[in-house]
Amino acid sequence: MSSKTPSRLTIHELRSLIDKGEVHPRELLDDLLDEIARLNPTLQAYITVDPERLRAQLAERLRQEPRGKLFGIPITVKDNLCVQGEETTCASKILKGFVPPYHATSIERLIQEGAIIIPRANMDEFAFGSSTETSAFGVTKNPWDVNRVPGGSSGGAASAVAADLAIAALGTDTGGSIRQPASFCGVVGLKPTYGRVSRYGLIAFASSLDQIGPLTKDVTDCAWVLSIIAGQDPRDSTSAPVAVPDYVGFLKQGVKGLRFGVPQEYFPTEGIDPAVRAALEEAAQVLERLGMRRTGLSLPRTPSAVATYYIVATAEASSNLARYDGVQYGYRASANGSGSLMAMYERTRAEGFGPEAKRRIILGTYVLSRGYYDAYYLKGLKVRTLIKQDFDAAWTQCDVILTPTSPSAAFRIGEKLNDPLQMYLSDIFTISANLAGIPAISIPCGLTPDGTLPIGMQLLAAPFDEARLLRVAYAYEQATEWHLRKPELRVAS
Amino acid sequence: MSVVSQRDVQQVARLARLQLEEAELATLSSQVDDILTYVQQLQAVSTDHVEPTSHVITLANVVRPDQRQPCTNPEEILNIAPARHGQLVKVPKVLET
Amino acid sequence: MDYESVIGLEVHVQLATETKLFCGCPAAFGAAPTSQTCPVCLGLPGVLPVLNQRAFEWGIKAALAFDCQVASVMKFDRKQYFYPDLPKNYQISQYDQPLAHEGYLDIVVRDVQKRIGIQRIHMEEDAGKLLHDPQAPFSYVDFNRAGVPLLEIVSKPELRSPEEAYQYLIELKAVLEYLDVSTCNMEEGSLRCDANISLRPRGATQLGAKVEVKNMNSFKAVKAALECEAKRQATLLEAGQRVPQETRLWNARTELTESMRSKEEASDYRYFPEPDLVPFVIERAVIERLTNTLPELPARRRQRLAEQYGLPAYDAHVLTQHRPLAELFEQTVSQYPKPKPVANWIMGDLLAYLNAHGKEPGEVTFQPIWLIHLLQAIDDGTISGKMAKELLVQAIEQQRDPEQIIAAEGMRQIVDDGALSQLVDEVLAGHPKSLEDFRHGKQNALMFLVGQCMRRSQGKANPQQVTEILKRKLHVTAKEEH
Repeated sequence: MSSKTPSRLTIHELRSLIDKGEVHPRELLDDLLDEIARLNPTLQAYITVDPERLRAQLAERLRQEPRGKLFGIPITVKDNLCVQGEETTCASKILKGFVPPYHATSIERLIQEGAIIIPRANMDEFAFGSSTETSAFGVTKNPWDVNRVPGGSSGGAASAVAADLAIAALGTDTGGSIRQPASFCGVVGLKPTYGRVSRYGLIAFASSLDQIGPLTKDVTDCAWVLSIIAGQDPRDSTSAPVAVPDYVGFLKQGVKGLRFGVPQEYFPTEGIDPAVRAALEEAAQVLERLGMRRTGLSLPRTPSAVATYYIVATAEASSNLARYDGVQYGYRASANGSGSLMAMYERTRAEGFGPEAKRRIILGTYVLSRGYYDAYYLKGLKVRTLIKQDFDAAWTQCDVILTPTSPSAAFRIGEKLNDPLQMYLSDIFTISANLAGIPAISIPCGLTPDGTLPIGMQLLAAPFDEARLLRVAYAYEQATEWHLRKPELRVAS
Repeated sequence: MSVVSQRDVQQVARLARLQLEEAELATLSSQVDDILTYVQQLQAVSTDHVEPTSHVITLANVVRPDQRQPCTNPEEILNIAPARHGQLVKVPKVLET
Repeated sequence: MDYESVIGLEVHVQLATETKLFCGCPAAFGAAPTSQTCPVCLGLPGVLPVLNQRAFEWGIKAALAFDCQVASVMKFDRKQYFYPDLPKNYQISQYDQPLAHEGYLDIVVRDVQKRIGIQRIHMEEDAGKLLHDPQAPFSYVDFNRAGVPLLEIVSKPELRSPEEAYQYLIELKAVLEYLDVSTCNMEEGSLRCDANISLRPRGATQLGAKVEVKNMNSFKAVKAALECEAKRQATLLEAGQRVPQETRLWNARTELTESMRSKEEASDYRYFPEPDLVPFVIERAVIERLTNTLPELPARRRQRLAEQYGLPAYDAHVLTQHRPLAELFEQTVSQYPKPKPVANWIMGDLLAYLNAHGKEPGEVTFQPIWLIHLLQAIDDGTISGKMAKELLVQAIEQQRDPEQIIAAEGMRQIVDDGALSQLVDEVLAGHPKSLEDFRHGKQNALMFLVGQCMRRSQGKANPQQVTEILKRKLHVTAKEEH
């Protein structure tokens, strides 16, 4: 029996303890709520938490028959996943008070397995960001250093998992928003293949790039959650009719003989922290010691990825955000002065959206507008083809690809906020996986020299090859102890 | 040499139904200009005979049967509307007709 | 200067599928506001569209019925603009890879057949309905209609007169009715039409400034609006002025077109491929299968009716304009094989009734057996032709077989010579003045007396016989006098 309190355990550990009767779900939820009460005011991982509602939800779930794989286990969800009956705002003022009348498919699947849903994990507004600093409801802190960002846009979820304010979480990833916060917070984060998990109920940022994925304490939990949320959904035309393998069952298959590619473009001479480079080199050696073969690789279109992404993603975002206009739900600007419809639209959106959202709406609208479509959007879609082709070619040479998740460890709060382009450029290693639609995972692989901040490594695989990805990640994790390192949490005085 | 002027940004804002304050406009225009300048690098990438990728997954013909599903209770919809008029959603008058 | 009108029509047709284009809400007209919506058609955050299979197939069938090239791959695009009745502030429509293009529709105008090209047909979702408060500064939205499947059928600008435009619409509607894919009801909004018209000197090849005309809610209104526009534009051109390219609304009250408030951004719809919908491949095999399910369309039926039943082209045309009439004709003739009288009754009295009551043929039930019984009753002398006309109306209004009405009301016509002779004597006795008038040469006194006989007999006297008898008696009398 673990000496840790229940909130510090993983799903797979808790499953066993709950089934044996050694931990009761009520105990688990209470412990979690206590920790949240203690640390969330500092970390602001959650926008708000309603303990009474959660306890009522638990009571209801305990009556559910038959018992599912997540029976009694709370799962935290990012504030852009629709939870029926719960305020869901994408951390934006413009959706304040919006209560969806339906569950996202992923949420439904978790509930079917008996999970208790803890909503409102903080995020960058509408998932626009890499630091969770653009939320309209507060800045989330990195539990490893509260003066630093947890990464974004799933910063709340990552911070919560790292600080044991969540057992596991669902985040979303459009350009790295699960993986980068996972690496900044020292947890595991997976972006599935595009189409692996239903997007129904995910409040859209960029429809051709978004995916929902797990943020967890270890790779086993990641496989657990993925196996529950993956699979075709008739409500999502872009969800794939591909069978869901037994991800958990395949974890221990071993990795001897598998090849890992090391793309030169992801290890530039400049622009990557020496600590990150060193950690990745060590990780490569671990993989070799496990019996994997390293191969050199080139993904020549990598330098075009950020530009391509910021054209395609903002274009789709500007369109997806057009519906936030004060007509049917959410925020509507009050009619002082001109009571015209135009004024209502313009002021609602001016008052409801934050600066990053406005930036992306302007960019996206521009690249789609008459006269610019061909030069920007169409061009972007063509370069996207080339980026995807780089990866298609890569799979003939290797089974997985190893890269850093981020050029650096967590940066300081406020450090990049005033230079959007710099913020965008920090997504360089994660972005291509979204453009190509391939699965990618970030797992902890080291700490900065002073031992204060985690460093993450990223593994990429071919479409629908999550089983292989998880298996390599698992083998690495089990051969090292990075996943057992936890932040020293100090409550702000 | 800037790619977009403040006037351009103001026009785009209009298209996107976003009202921008003077101060905002200046900062935003400068930032948008930086980003657009950066993304212009794609012009140098050769894409002759390259097909655009709109969908990164190769699926086609996803359809559903023409069968009824339950509708949402009107009250659930009207209760979350910022303004209602009986069973209808209320907005400031549309002037074009 | 002789100007030629160049007209193109854009018709939006609602498909009468069970459910909407991208969700499972009912697509039916007339429900209580906001009662036929769900998160998908409301465009709530997080929702996604999934295409209605039947709407897809019906779209293909319509494209085939108009002899179009059906796309081998079609996709959807977002058409973006802000409007309160558009939940997502974009409409899922089709831009550069629509369902079909390059079709045609043959029309007949004053006995001349003309082929009008169809530029394209595409699928899209309908918007909600916007209502305006006449007294308060508010508008109201009912989202029931949002998401209903639409086919947009765009003609080439090959129509050359408002009359051609009118015939095009009649024929288009007939084809869609035959396919049974839409209720085609302009009043309910299941068929809508916008027109484009420009003028140019006759013989010129360049197009003039195009004016879009909207807000016409009947085919007649389309014709009237185009006539009005043609005049307006000609007047401007005659005076040496330019015709501004704009959108104008038809005002049915004033019978004039009015300029809309200028819409500044000549609408930049920022079309881009809909990322939430995958492409749709339409294979040869599917096209063949659907072609085989096409019913006999109006043009073919017209030809067949003329050949099979020896009907004049005009008759075939009128009968096939509405599928229910063609059905009625053929089913009646199958048991009462006298095509011409059947055709006459349908084109004459039945259509007259429908027109007088503002009803479409599909709206009124009239069983073939009723017409058969009616005609048989005339043939065997039970009723006169005149009685039959009234009986037809009664049959429609009571929704009853004429045979039953005849039996119930004892409506046998009086053909007995003796009875009629007596009737005539009674009438003559009662109208000495008319007798005088007739003797003094007033021929219409005869008609008056016939009328009186009909009245006195409650319409049952055989009018031809009564006339004969009267004539005999009056001449006899006249002869006697002389």
